[in-house]
Amino acid sequence: MSTFYTATDHFSILPAIMLALFGCSILLFDAFDAFFFGGARQRRWQLLFVVMAEIGAGVGLVKQTLYLAAGGPNGLPLDGFHGTILVNHFSIFFNWIFLVAALIVAVVSYQYLETAGEHHGEYYGLILFAQCGMYFLATGTDLITLFIGLELMALSFYVMVGFLRTEQRSNEAAMKYLLLGAFSTGFLAYGFSVLYGIAGSTKLSEIAAAVAERSPWDPVVILALVTASVGLLFKISAVPFHMWAPDAYEGAPTTVTAYLSVGSTAASMAFLLRMFMGPLVSARAAWEPLLAVVAVMTLTLGNLAAINQTNIKRLLAYSSISHAGYMLLGLVAGNDTGINGILVYLLVYTFMNLGAFIVIIALRRQNIIGEDLDDFAGLMHRSPGYAVLMLVFLLSLAGIPPTAGFLGKYYIFLALVQTGHYGLAVIGVLYAAVAIYYYFKIVRSMFMRDEEQAAPLATSTGVRLAVTVAGALTLGIGIYPEPFIRFAGAALVR
Amino acid sequence: MQPVSTIHYLVLSAALLLIGTVGVLTRRNIVIILMSIELILNAVNINLIAFSHALHQVTGQVFAIFVITDAVAEAAVGLGILIALFRNRETLQADEIDLLKW
Repeated sequence: MSTFYTATDHFSILPAIMLALFGCSILLFDAFDAFFFGGARQRRWQLLFVVMAEIGAGVGLVKQTLYLAAGGPNGLPLDGFHGTILVNHFSIFFNWIFLVAALIVAVVSYQYLETAGEHHGEYYGLILFAQCGMYFLATGTDLITLFIGLELMALSFYVMVGFLRTEQRSNEAAMKYLLLGAFSTGFLAYGFSVLYGIAGSTKLSEIAAAVAERSPWDPVVILALVTASVGLLFKISAVPFHMWAPDAYEGAPTTVTAYLSVGSTAASMAFLLRMFMGPLVSARAAWEPLLAVVAVMTLTLGNLAAINQTNIKRLLAYSSISHAGYMLLGLVAGNDTGINGILVYLLVYTFMNLGAFIVIIALRRQNIIGEDLDDFAGLMHRSPGYAVLMLVFLLSLAGIPPTAGFLGKYYIFLALVQTGHYGLAVIGVLYAAVAIYYYFKIVRSMFMRDEEQAAPLATSTGVRLAVTVAGALTLGIGIYPEPFIRFAGAALVR
Repeated sequence: MQPVSTIHYLVLSAALLLIGTVGVLTRRNIVIILMSIELILNAVNINLIAFSHALHQVTGQVFAIFVITDAVAEAAVGLGILIALFRNRETLQADEIDLLKW
């Protein structure tokens, strides 16, 4: 090992190496598979590769946790590549979220892609590459690392959203997502270039020091803040940069929608926290009112636009927008409870949102898209198990105790009250009431209406397993939150 | 004649950013929108290299190389999706692609 690549460097990116290695292997083996076997293709081993990659990444994360635990009560910093990668409890927390999301999505994809007739090996490779990008978003402490991580994730998602090549809606969703995504990335990069100009360095810590020397209302700081915020807020689909979300969610294969709504949002939120609590923290006076306005607009549009939707994926897209609004409120509060609230919110959001999308995936059959409100009619009589689990996910999304969703909202509101943002707390609670209305439209359709098809859902073991895990965790975190809150609380030590 | 200084480059970069933004927001042909996005990324590159030159550092140039690479990757994926779209729809006009409501 040379001085350019030390053992510590290697250790700090071990999970990402696993993901990239297995991702590349899937592409390579897929090419040879076609070469040797011609038409008769076996896809199971690709799923196996994903599982092996996730096990490798998981072992890497456990090793990193043990290393940090041995380093002392607060954990010695584990930084690699001359301080451009920083592994801490914050990054490990987020990487567990990405790992669970990617694994569950890969498992449920198998049946979905077979039905859709677009089962290609690249898909599993792209899942791993996107996760690799997310890894660098959660660990990067340098503008270049963060930028490359963001683009690795975004480019993988552009391709995955358009994965149903022959379907016009999928093409269209991918095109819109790419155009708007690339546009916002341009602004983000411009903001980064200005930050580099201010500090003369791409390291977040040095930028933080340089920004702190200037007034928050310095025009150059404002320019960097506004342009970088465009890119950051786009990625979490905050209003007014939300236009891509409903289209991309509706047009993409449902498995990709699930991954996009959970993985991409969590990674972008980690990135957003890194930027706003890092280099831009001293410009707080300038961005706090800005984010408060954005959060209220996001809540308003997300909740009101969801009311009239009849396509469930589009409805969940608008609900995701409103969830992003709640998370932004946690950042507006900005104290430890608020940041902890965002982490808890993301953790529970992962399981409840994944679960809701898996139920939609289970409804997909030959010739039946299964994403309309009418497709849910009488689900209780067809498949009571799925109907009850969907009820749990929807209750959790609406934030009703004893499900996990209540916990996320509770911490956000607590933080808002602690920091004296009473108005914002009231707005948040009111919109939570609006949300109950549109979530219960689905519940009414499932339980009160007569079924249009009598046959129960025929789903694979993988889908049943995934939906059970998501359901158990959604209920489990709500009923016994202690270990999960401690897990999220430990991530605060930065 | 006044020598070319950093501020000149920054003004050029800001102008490119503006032109690119106006292009994305007003043009309807998807290929031209992609070209406008390239303009924005080039504005970023000029910014980075101007700062890099002014600060006597190499970091900005390295960042610029990464931005160029990213722009190429984005264009490749974008044109790939565009071809798939064109095969199904036979149009390149952004306002005719309206199966999903905006």
